[in-house]
Amino acid sequence: MRRIAQHTCTDMARIDLDLAHSYKPLPARDADYALLPLAMTFDDGGAYALLGPSGCGKTTMLNIISGLVAPSQGTVRFDGEDVTSRTPQQRNIAQVFQFPVIYDTMTVAENLAFPLRNRRMPAERIGQRVGVVAEMLELTAQLPQRAAGLSADVKQKISLGRGLVRNDVSAVLFDEPLTVIDPHLKWQLRRKLKQIHRELKLTLIYVTHDQVEALTFADQVIVMTHGRAVQTGSADQLFERPQHTFVGHFIGSPGMNFLDAEIQGDRLRIDGVDLQMTADSIAALSQAGRVTLGVRPEYVTVSDSARPGAMSAQVVKAQDIGTHWMVTGKIGERVVRARVSSGAAVPGAGDTVWLGLLGPHTCFYKDDRLLA
Amino acid sequence: MALELADIVLRVGAATYLYSMSLRLEPGALTVVLGATQSGKTSLLRIMAGLDAPTSGRVLMDGADVTRVPVRRRDVAMVYQQFINYPSMTVFGNIASPLALRGAPNIDSRVAELARKLHIDAYLDRLPAELSGGQQQRVALARALAKSAPLTLLDEPLVNLDYKLREELREELAQLFAASDSTVVYATTEPTEALLLGGFTAVLDAGELLQYGRTADVYHHPKSIRVARAFNDPPMNLVEARAVAGGIVFRDGLRLPLRVPAAAESGLTVGVRASALRVSPRPGDITIEGDVQLAEISGSDTFVHAATAIAPLVAQLTGVHRFDLGARVNLHFQPTESYLFGSNGELLLAPDRAAHLH
Repeated sequence: MRRIAQHTCTDMARIDLDLAHSYKPLPARDADYALLPLAMTFDDGGAYALLGPSGCGKTTMLNIISGLVAPSQGTVRFDGEDVTSRTPQQRNIAQVFQFPVIYDTMTVAENLAFPLRNRRMPAERIGQRVGVVAEMLELTAQLPQRAAGLSADVKQKISLGRGLVRNDVSAVLFDEPLTVIDPHLKWQLRRKLKQIHRELKLTLIYVTHDQVEALTFADQVIVMTHGRAVQTGSADQLFERPQHTFVGHFIGSPGMNFLDAEIQGDRLRIDGVDLQMTADSIAALSQAGRVTLGVRPEYVTVSDSARPGAMSAQVVKAQDIGTHWMVTGKIGERVVRARVSSGAAVPGAGDTVWLGLLGPHTCFYKDDRLLA
Repeated sequence: MALELADIVLRVGAATYLYSMSLRLEPGALTVVLGATQSGKTSLLRIMAGLDAPTSGRVLMDGADVTRVPVRRRDVAMVYQQFINYPSMTVFGNIASPLALRGAPNIDSRVAELARKLHIDAYLDRLPAELSGGQQQRVALARALAKSAPLTLLDEPLVNLDYKLREELREELAQLFAASDSTVVYATTEPTEALLLGGFTAVLDAGELLQYGRTADVYHHPKSIRVARAFNDPPMNLVEARAVAGGIVFRDGLRLPLRVPAAAESGLTVGVRASALRVSPRPGDITIEGDVQLAEISGSDTFVHAATAIAPLVAQLTGVHRFDLGARVNLHFQPTESYLFGSNGELLLAPDRAAHLH
């Protein structure tokens, strides 16, 4: 099957965006833009997610790629060719939306075949292709059934199938496609989508505000906030080395801890206390002046005595989260959270502890951008 | 305020929404009502509020029978999933309304204080429609808190918000509840939310009250498989087993050295939490081989779904880990971290918690 897929995927395209978009006629300030000027490439056959809170610009970007929205400036290119003024049909884009878009009066098989019939594919090829997609989505048993009586889950699977059935598309775009799926079934559909991507090698672009969805599905996640794409990276890059404070905050529950700090020679001053930095950090940061230290709760260590790289903190609370403990401490007025494994000793509220902030996973930011 | 439900039942037509249950809420504390969609959470909250009367049984507030007392004659504040505000009133007017109604003094300063705590003080002159969803729900929460009712009921108040907003607002709410004397009931479908809120938890499943107690106790000592399943995300891994001399055997012959109570024999179920399964072995571990079905990444954790010879298992690993679909994986756990349930589904054995603390 993989051979077939690769063989027939000649229409897949690399997508280059070099554009900006504003819904206002004369944008003046950053806030007037739904998408600030950006240049971005989606490689042929990649799995991408656009992740961010509502209003971040991710749906605008998806609509510009599909051709539903024309960017107010700049271009969209498919394999180098300018397609900015073309419609979704002309761009050869398949789309899957939040809610099922299917024909209730047709059978499941007819629904899946519909996009192929429209392209006048020979009946034999249609049957073969519908069979492959139905098999992957575990819809084979339902192929002869009418769509009308099926549950929302199954209907959305049919929608996914309709989006994936053509292998001559430039890309398949998904807009929060698992919203209607029961939470307990979501992981199975996430798995299906990953398998399908691996087998069909389609370019898939997936919009979501849910970090689990984005990080699980995509090889590359584009994190967006206020019309800006602040980082494109794999799940572990976003977790380990957030390039922007927003990524540190948005990825992870709870997100990264941030503390104001000042570099003074080989020392880091936080809330009036000096910490000795490592040689690597000194080299990278010596001229940085005022910075923001970022460290994830997973990497903050808790101990009951002073240690290098640790600051004393008052424990505000210690929560038993079942799988682990979350210790919330205060360094001056700043809240710092530490994730402590269930096996370790856990301090109580009011205790003084030392929170280890400096280590290989500690990041430093200036104007929200990663320095080192 | 002490709220007590005595043998309440709710039937609607031929259907039973709530089976006979009795519950005495810890006064002044937070109780989480945890259950899946359709488990009866909203029905239960409506009875507590006085919006509905139970088919049978009694509702007592501070010992007084209020079963048939309608909501408008009870002192109750309620917050719903949907962001419900007075659309033609400003944010100020919305928050002030319960105070104005009872002619409270110092309305301006009280509204300002609540608005500041919920970070909506910059929007007091706006109408709700001019705010984001998160801000609208903050207004509804501020109005409920302004009421200073002895009983505050919240029905999945954060479910319609983005997860980051949810995280922030949950933290703030927990602080506000802790500082108030109100008895608070908070319904949610999410086990993690219950653990983060702390307090007490009542587990509902298919209209039945399964267990009530301190949140951490219920989590660590689920009375039954049903509680263990409901109060864990992902659900606890459950594997069929039977007792033999010196332990427990799984279907494929794998043996667990567990102290099995004498009464237990066949039809047992071993429960292992996702967080107890690891990919790095420790001495004394039991090891189960599997094929990776999917690695779900939540940001802080990776949930590895694996097909194994004994059952489909999920392992929770801290941080971000990559696994190819179909990759071989060895999952390890300590036998002492397993739960054991009898053939009737009741808990026989739980991991020793004291061993983990200090």
